[in-house]
Amino acid sequence: MSEKLLNTTSFALSPLGDSAVVVTFGNEIQYDIHKKIKIFMELLEHEPFVGFVECVPAYTNLTVFYDPLVVFNEQKHKEAGISPYEVVCSNIKKKLQQIETNKKMTHRTVSIPVCYGDEYGPDLEHVARYNDLTTDEVIRIHSSGEYLVYMIGFAPGFPFLGGLSEKIATPRRSSPRTTIPAGAVGIAGMQTGVYPISTPGGWQLIGQTPQTLFLPNENPPSLLQAGDIVKFYPISYEEYKEMKEERR
Amino acid sequence: MSLRVIKPGLLTTIQDLGRRGFQKHGVIVSGAMDTYSLRIANLLVGNQEGEAALEVTLMGPTFEVEEDCVIAITGGDLSPTIDDRTLPMWRPVYVKKGAILRFGRCKSGCRAYLSVAGGYAISEVLGSKSTYLRGQMGGYEGRALQVDDVVPFNGHSTILKHEWTESFIAAKWFVHAKEFLPSRIPVIRFLAGSQYEYFTNSSKLQFVDSLFKVSSQSDRMGYRISGPALELQHKRDILSEAVSNGSIQVPPDGNPIVLLADRQTTGGYPKIAQVITTDLSLIGQLKPGESIQFSQVTLKEAEQLYIQKEQKVKQLKVALSLALQ
Repeated sequence: MSEKLLNTTSFALSPLGDSAVVVTFGNEIQYDIHKKIKIFMELLEHEPFVGFVECVPAYTNLTVFYDPLVVFNEQKHKEAGISPYEVVCSNIKKKLQQIETNKKMTHRTVSIPVCYGDEYGPDLEHVARYNDLTTDEVIRIHSSGEYLVYMIGFAPGFPFLGGLSEKIATPRRSSPRTTIPAGAVGIAGMQTGVYPISTPGGWQLIGQTPQTLFLPNENPPSLLQAGDIVKFYPISYEEYKEMKEERR
Repeated sequence: MSLRVIKPGLLTTIQDLGRRGFQKHGVIVSGAMDTYSLRIANLLVGNQEGEAALEVTLMGPTFEVEEDCVIAITGGDLSPTIDDRTLPMWRPVYVKKGAILRFGRCKSGCRAYLSVAGGYAISEVLGSKSTYLRGQMGGYEGRALQVDDVVPFNGHSTILKHEWTESFIAAKWFVHAKEFLPSRIPVIRFLAGSQYEYFTNSSKLQFVDSLFKVSSQSDRMGYRISGPALELQHKRDILSEAVSNGSIQVPPDGNPIVLLADRQTTGGYPKIAQVITTDLSLIGQLKPGESIQFSQVTLKEAEQLYIQKEQKVKQLKVALSLALQ
């Protein structure tokens, strides 16, 4: 990954309901935007404003959750017109000016085994057909990429990965499945990811990993963090069974 | 010092105000679906308002009370009885060891909260006692209660004092429930969602002009609601980003989903609306088949409604701490 200087921060603020504000740094999946989000998140967590609860990074924005009552009670003059949202926005604007633009970022690499296709990848053939490829070509393309973890979300420990080849991009299913098994590897538009727990979801499923991604008794409770690099490698059905057994 | 489960009911879980601070790792918040009822149930027995209680859903469980204790039941009316006598809700009740506490038919609402003075002895996972069912974490072994489970009490009740012989004695005073429960067709107030402008004008109008029905595919994660299909001006995939309690997402089939306590931390469907925090508890008391009417408010109004409601809870807290002395 090349290191570039961050230019002066351009951003937009918007409310997510009455208890969160979304700080948007751009509108596409881009390394520089990811870097700004990560740096800003660390800055906020290091010196939180009064009423700060937590923040959640995504591809192009950082959502900052706060408690409007704590923010309100902190104000010296509690006039009826005071808006906790406006108070939080002005705190955030001040913080944004402190972003250090030449900070270096390091990335950890994590390799994840995947058993592709058949019962473990019910949508592999659909993804191949949609892109005019064979299923083997889809597997080769998917397992030769390097993917940056832009965010963890949707389910505990679920990584949203950037770097999927356009050649295998496939839109989400029109109606989500009601259950998807833990370990399922999927594609949604230009995104790819792994389901750490059984949950409903709308992604196209191409394979399955025996690796555990959600670790509820550890802190942090997720194998992957925003900023990691993930590589996938194909394994056979037998290898999958063996690895699954070892993890018991 | 415990409750023994004789019948588990449809879905009975331990919930508090949820698991905060781990959403960036994708850890779901969970917590009570009706937080006002949970907080009041705790205040009625002298607990901290965020203590964990049992969330009882729709069809009631039966418990044997294994030790003298003080309990309170709030939220939806699931016809609670002790030894077949009606148990009054929204007030502290002294219960005798050996009493059989039974929830019956659902008369109103959807979820009842059962608190015990001193709280339940449940260990925290990542800072909360809430059960997250899909992740099998927190609460009672990460799952709903089953037959023969024994839910222990902390046993540090400060308000269990006097001797009595009846199977229960209920306080004469109570908290008025009306303010905290939905009316027949509740009006749910919302703010424009992050992608509100992506929807067609006719869909925006239909969203406020139509009645939406809570579908049977509704649970702690979210309520699917059906009505006129909501459409985008242009079909597009949006990038996944954080969602919050009350985000209303619209998947391509046009049927909105209101995200609730066990919601995912992020979502990739456009959000038409955002239920205001004050009205989330009302949704938690709706059952499948019931109707909702949506009404739009401004952010300032939502903030003021929230602050006013919290001031009411604060007054109640003061009044209850005096009453319990």
